[in-house]
Amino acid sequence: MTGLAVHRGISVHRIGAMILRYWYLLLSSWPRLLELLYWPALQVITWGFIQYYIAENSNFFARAGGTLIGAVILWDILFRGQLGFSISFLEEMWARNIGNLMMSPLRPIEFLLSLMVMSLIRLAIGIIPMTLLALFMFQFNVYALGLPLIAFFCNLIFTSWSVGIFVSGLVLRNGLGAESIVWTLMFAILPLACVYYPVSVLPVWLQYVAWALPPTYAFEGMRALLIENTFRADLMLEALAINAVFLVASFASFLALLRSAKRHGSLLSGGE
Amino acid sequence: MTENDKASSRPTVAERSSSAAIAVEHLVKIYKQTRAVDDISFSLTRGSITGLLGGNGAGKTTTIAMIMGLVLPTSGRVQVLGHRMPEESAAVLGRMNFESPYVDMPMRLTVRQNLTVFGKLYAVKNLAGRIAELADDLDLTDFIDRANGKLSAGQKTRVALAKALINRPELLLLDEPTASLDPDTADWVRAHLERYRKDNNATILLASHNMLEVERLCDRVIIMKRGRIEDDDTPEAIMARYNRTTLEEVFLDVARGRVNGAKEAAR
Repeated sequence: MTGLAVHRGISVHRIGAMILRYWYLLLSSWPRLLELLYWPALQVITWGFIQYYIAENSNFFARAGGTLIGAVILWDILFRGQLGFSISFLEEMWARNIGNLMMSPLRPIEFLLSLMVMSLIRLAIGIIPMTLLALFMFQFNVYALGLPLIAFFCNLIFTSWSVGIFVSGLVLRNGLGAESIVWTLMFAILPLACVYYPVSVLPVWLQYVAWALPPTYAFEGMRALLIENTFRADLMLEALAINAVFLVASFASFLALLRSAKRHGSLLSGGE
Repeated sequence: MTENDKASSRPTVAERSSSAAIAVEHLVKIYKQTRAVDDISFSLTRGSITGLLGGNGAGKTTTIAMIMGLVLPTSGRVQVLGHRMPEESAAVLGRMNFESPYVDMPMRLTVRQNLTVFGKLYAVKNLAGRIAELADDLDLTDFIDRANGKLSAGQKTRVALAKALINRPELLLLDEPTASLDPDTADWVRAHLERYRKDNNATILLASHNMLEVERLCDRVIIMKRGRIEDDDTPEAIMARYNRTTLEEVFLDVARGRVNGAKEAAR
């Protein structure tokens, strides 16, 4: 499928219809809304107090104020971004609605684009209160990072979408029996992306793996900004290039898994 | 007119396929060791209602799923409204629709919200008007603002039918359309489908275990067994061939392997 064909086939109205469907769902369930706020708030409070404690007992952390709480916020962008994407997808599997969608004029690319928009909406609902909590409770203003924050955010959200697209394809192919991958795969990235420590801590061979992951660049970039007051644009551009490869690869694997699901009749069963 | 002239005026296979609502040629689906559909061919003329009959595991649902593009055939061809499936599905998905017990409508959304979402997906013009029309036709008005999960089985079936009709499809694929409906509502739905076909010259392919429904609705019946087509004709011709007065008796003959005996008796 050429890029032009993909572009010509995209309907903003169909994407809008899917966003409306998820919006109706969010509004119909206060536990769903509450959950979006609950975990990020819990994270920032826990890590905020840890940051306080460490800063009181360490000159380095006292100087590098905010690296831990900043890392928590950026990690949550990555993790919640993927969950926001994947949960909207899972809602279709849980509701046994995927057949209706696949039989409608909705195209896979439109479905994925609507899931991306929903991940942003869900992320905004969870993360904005979290950043305000960090500001008022721990005097950490993530918005003071300025323009670099946008670069960090974009790179993290692109990775979260790549992972979300890939795991959605796995669930489509293997049914809800593969649901646990949705909740756990991102945690495999956690130690390798060096969320709470610099890449130099890893053994040399593992550093190559770490630098193959775009989030590593965002977390290293954040530490460079908070500790050395340096914005590493080179790191962000490298992360962007790897993210482009990840997004194309995840979309290609989603289409391949969808085709495999159609070959194996998984779209009719969808269960375990 | 010479033989050559006659031959040239005859429609080609491609022309026949493009004028048919559905054209299936040598369709095969193999899941691992199981031949779910085994070399079947048929075509449906536009404006017809065809019943797909067969016991559990006969291959009806797999056949319908391949026509819809939800399952890829192992071999063979499917054309829908003149377009190859699934390669050209984008050209036809907006002109067809379906209802199946294998899918549900989202439970937390109200009936109106569900119909709004699907109406937008199908780019239905004057959507509010179309929803009001369907609510009136299918008697949804009393529960149109109730969540789908809080409806009775019969109400859910009517909502699923409303979704299947939202885009005024030229081709409607129905899998057990009146299952879980009381006899009165089921009869009323059948009347609605007949009227819909007549008013819109729509083609309907329905898989059903309700033989009275098939007798009443269908111009043609395709009986499947173990993935193959066992018989294909009008309900009257099939009943005559098996020397039976109801399709239910024919179904039992086919299901219990009394096919040859029944046909012999008819001769």
